[in-house]
Amino acid sequence: MTDQNSQAELVRQSLKRRYRKERRFRAYGIAAIAVALAALVILFTDIIGKGHTAFIKTTITMDVAIDGEMMYLDDPTDERQMKMADFVEPLIQALIREIPGADQNDKAAVRDLINPYASNQLRDALKENPDLLGTTQTMTFLSHTNVDVYVKHANDPNYSIKLTEEERAWVDTLVEKGVVETSFNDVFFSRGDSRDPSRAGILGAIVGSLLTMVVTLALSFPIGVAAAIYLEEFAPQNRLTDFIEVNINNLAAVPSIIFGLLGLAVFINLFGMPRSVPVVGGLVLTLMTLPTIIISSRAAIKSVPPSIREAAEGIGASKMQVVLHHVLPLAMPGMLTGSIIGMAQALGETAPLLLIGMVAFIVDVPGGFFDSATVLPVQVFLWAGSPELAFIERASAAIMVLLTFLISMNALAIVLRKRLERRW
Amino acid sequence: MQAANLMLLVIAFIVVAYGLGYARSRSLAMPLGGIRHLKSLPFYYGARAALWCGIPALVVLGLWAAFQGKVIQTLVVGSLPPEMIPASPGEASLLLSKISNVASGALPSNFVEAPIAEAADRLQALREQSRLYMSILVVAVAVLAGFLGWIRIRPRLNARSQVETTLKWIFFSCAALAILTTLGIIFSVAFETVRFFHKISFLEFFFGTQWSPQTALRADQVAAEGAFGMVPLFTGTLLISAIAMLVAVPVGLLSAIYLSEYANKKVRGIVKPLLEMLAGIPTVVYGFFAALTVAPFISNLADSIGIDASSQSALAAGGVMGIMIIPFVSSLSDDVINAVPQTLRDGSLALGATQSETMKKVIFPAALPGIMGGVLLACSRAIGETMIVVMAAGLAANLTANPLDSVTTVTVQIVTLLTGDQEFDSAKTLAAFALGAMLFLATLVLNIVALKIVRKYREQYD
Repeated sequence: MTDQNSQAELVRQSLKRRYRKERRFRAYGIAAIAVALAALVILFTDIIGKGHTAFIKTTITMDVAIDGEMMYLDDPTDERQMKMADFVEPLIQALIREIPGADQNDKAAVRDLINPYASNQLRDALKENPDLLGTTQTMTFLSHTNVDVYVKHANDPNYSIKLTEEERAWVDTLVEKGVVETSFNDVFFSRGDSRDPSRAGILGAIVGSLLTMVVTLALSFPIGVAAAIYLEEFAPQNRLTDFIEVNINNLAAVPSIIFGLLGLAVFINLFGMPRSVPVVGGLVLTLMTLPTIIISSRAAIKSVPPSIREAAEGIGASKMQVVLHHVLPLAMPGMLTGSIIGMAQALGETAPLLLIGMVAFIVDVPGGFFDSATVLPVQVFLWAGSPELAFIERASAAIMVLLTFLISMNALAIVLRKRLERRW
Repeated sequence: MQAANLMLLVIAFIVVAYGLGYARSRSLAMPLGGIRHLKSLPFYYGARAALWCGIPALVVLGLWAAFQGKVIQTLVVGSLPPEMIPASPGEASLLLSKISNVASGALPSNFVEAPIAEAADRLQALREQSRLYMSILVVAVAVLAGFLGWIRIRPRLNARSQVETTLKWIFFSCAALAILTTLGIIFSVAFETVRFFHKISFLEFFFGTQWSPQTALRADQVAAEGAFGMVPLFTGTLLISAIAMLVAVPVGLLSAIYLSEYANKKVRGIVKPLLEMLAGIPTVVYGFFAALTVAPFISNLADSIGIDASSQSALAAGGVMGIMIIPFVSSLSDDVINAVPQTLRDGSLALGATQSETMKKVIFPAALPGIMGGVLLACSRAIGETMIVVMAAGLAANLTANPLDSVTTVTVQIVTLLTGDQEFDSAKTLAAFALGAMLFLATLVLNIVALKIVRKYREQYD
């Protein structure tokens, strides 16, 4: 009796310690989750913090006197003259007029404020409408990247401002006068890559990604679904089937860069396909995403209850009819969800595409499956490697666009699953 | 005609063949007294004609499109004057890219030697010829095979079983593509690896402690071949993976335990998708984060407490990689923990154990093999991860265990050796494939072992 009492006493005494341990263990779990979520939050705030300014562009709006004498141009329809003409001078003169205290001796400094490509804009305007010669037009140009950086990041110690004190003072007054303005950066969404950060855009990369994804989807969805149907419905229980399954499971875990090596050795070296084109990228990503799609499609087929099959067979359908008329339509939502998730993976994939040469610097927006192209994640990689902070800013913005695509694809998958999935 | 347009044309042919087959079966059935006298439904006669028309044409188109590039290249190189025929594959690829640049107009033809300009013309002509022949052949095959399929439609023909058997074979070949892919991977790395070991000895590759693959440009230069010892790459990969696992395993495991044992439904419903979001973020984003935020932060921090840290420290790359792997570990452990039978849990709680004691003394040991399998899978991911290390780890192959130093990894070297200009038989390029072979083997072994463990474990409780 006393023995039992002391036993109970022992337990009671240890309870406090044990409960403390319990609380500590629970705290560890909460801490772990907090660490993971904190990482997520820091990642997002860091990227948004670095990148949100890339959605703003800095422009200069001024009255440009398109003076033929100043430009050595009297006939804008003459191509030879157009090639030789000076389109920078009118811009410089227009800007000097806007800056109080600047004179002809400051030409070089004033020139530094205007985007090097602004003269092309003037030339194109003249080419389109030769009548503009001799008139004064209010035109809006992109500012030089240095001005852009100064206007957006004057107080940020990370950015080095490459303007002289005098130029900074000019820009300040121009901003006050409303000549230098900031607005939504449409250039970023309407152009390809460029060596000049303020003219670099992601349209080329988006189109490249889109073309690559079209190839990937067109190949991997039908092949994946067909393979899943075979393995779930028709495959006999034998060694070959086992071997196929082992292969699929292993391929799902092979590092993506290995698929890049495969693409390089087979598609480019063996078949002599061109480098850096969306078709080859799409083929490589197809091989990479196939296991994911096959595995999720098989799960979708498995979830169709046997009663459906038996009912169809009972009224005389052949095996193939059962599958194509009944199982496949019922499994389709699950297959679509799996494929969208696979596509999202493929859209974010970078490493294999580096090996097949989709890292080239490409200015033009690709027009077809056989044009040289780059894709969004590779564009991020290219800009992230640049020493210029203005490119880093754009890389962050490109990441934001990429994540927007990925999140909406995943959200679509979730909605599809919720809407179409049937519980049996 | 372009391959893509030709493909559309073939699809049009397939549709037509279907319609014709369908119509023919109906018209054959009419005099007999309706389609009930046909062996199969008209749909199957149409489908049969479509398959007859489509499959051979698409196979021809695919083969032609796959091999035309190589055949044309060989023909063009063969037509060069004998003194210009390249001696090594490296020169050949250089020459070919020059020729195709001239042909595409990127390089003006008056900038190059006359034979090359001629070869460029020839390349252009051959390409056009190939396109023409391909179009003719594919159309001919489609029409001929489609006609054969169409003419052989008889009321007694069992079209349904034929169509179904063909479809089954098509499904099978799609599934067998997995085998083909694995074979493709093995062959593509194996060939180059064998060639690599003709140039560099096994001993040097596996036990050498120097890695500097910058092959000299001139043959007479000192150290004409770079050094190819993979030990520093191997240790670098291990160091970064180990750091990643040190972050991912505790955090992933503890959060999985909390979510499956303690959290209520509402918390789980919010936290789980957020954790999975970490898995959905592309690796290039993690690389960006590691290289531009974490690495400078770590090196500044180390500076401020007086330690010397590289700006490309292994710690930054490994730590961020660990964050990336957290959801992987946590979802695998979650599965395993949930697979432990409820009876074990109830038994332990009934004996008076607290929840944490149940977890630590009962569930964890029972789940351990499965968790180990998950950790191994996560390991293989860490080893094969590329973008984070390419962006945040260094290029210099240092043999060190200091996480604040810069190390390089196998994947970084593969990317570095294979991007940019490359010659196809230099030890440098071949080395990338040899490294790829090592990477493939390592991850394959890890995956097989891990999958075995996980499967065995599942069977135990099923």
